[in-house]
Amino acid sequence: MRRAAALVLLAVLATGLAFALAAIPFGRDKIDVANHYIRSGVQETGATNLVTSVVVNYRGLDTLGEVTVLFVGAIGVGVMLFGRPTHRGSGREEASIIVATGSRLLFPLILLFGIYVLLHGHLTPGGGFQGGAVIASAFLLLYLARPGQTLSRAKLGAAEAAGGLVFVLVGVLGLFVAGHFLQDFLPKGRPGVLLSAGVIPLVYVAIGVKVGSELARIIGDLMETD
Amino acid sequence: MTVLATILIAVMIAAAVATSVFKDLMNAVIACAAVSLIASVLFYLLDAPDVAMAEAAIGAGLTTAIFVLAIRKTERYER
Repeated sequence: MRRAAALVLLAVLATGLAFALAAIPFGRDKIDVANHYIRSGVQETGATNLVTSVVVNYRGLDTLGEVTVLFVGAIGVGVMLFGRPTHRGSGREEASIIVATGSRLLFPLILLFGIYVLLHGHLTPGGGFQGGAVIASAFLLLYLARPGQTLSRAKLGAAEAAGGLVFVLVGVLGLFVAGHFLQDFLPKGRPGVLLSAGVIPLVYVAIGVKVGSELARIIGDLMETD
Repeated sequence: MTVLATILIAVMIAAAVATSVFKDLMNAVIACAAVSLIASVLFYLLDAPDVAMAEAAIGAGLTTAIFVLAIRKTERYER
């Protein structure tokens, strides 16, 4: 009985959602804001990647909120695992020679790719979040290859704090120099070159360092405790 | 493109259903990773490489690892 009621409810919900979504004009020219970004995004922000110009410049405050959410999540994992005994690599299987050798070769390449992705966020697809996640996955590989690996909590914490601090400082500087919080106050430069798009590269490096160290720390917390 | 997208979406729905049906949580996590991986391919086909990158790195990579580690710390089978 309850099962049938749940199924009926689900069917009603699905039909309603289908009709509601069908009414939304996806992909059609409808929204003035989107058209404005496409037409004048490059002139206004100097970034050739429009996604980045929206994420870091037009909607920078939302990005600050997102970074904060991730920070709170990392704190949650840390608090849950706090005080658990840490292993010393004993009683755990060693990785096979293929995994160990492969990851030793791949680790620097993945790290380099992550840094490339986060440095070129304003030019090509990618940015701080993606680059940070790639860097964190390099550390995951390190843990898989060497089960007894430990990362310095203090250094990861310092990197994380520095990233957050730079982001907020850039925002406050924008408030004093240009009049609004997170407003771009550096010269735009020539679109398409590495040092262009005002504060975007600076902010994205800060986000990349913060996201990378945060995710690496979550993985480290989970891997190093029993 | 349409044929490929249709196949991908069908596999994605099957993997999503499998995620909720499996009692062995390790299998559920792998199915969940498959959903993320196909989602990232679909994002790429829809000309959204930024989102595809984030989905592949976070959804298919890190989230799966974090889930597997969480299962190792708790229980493997759903009661």
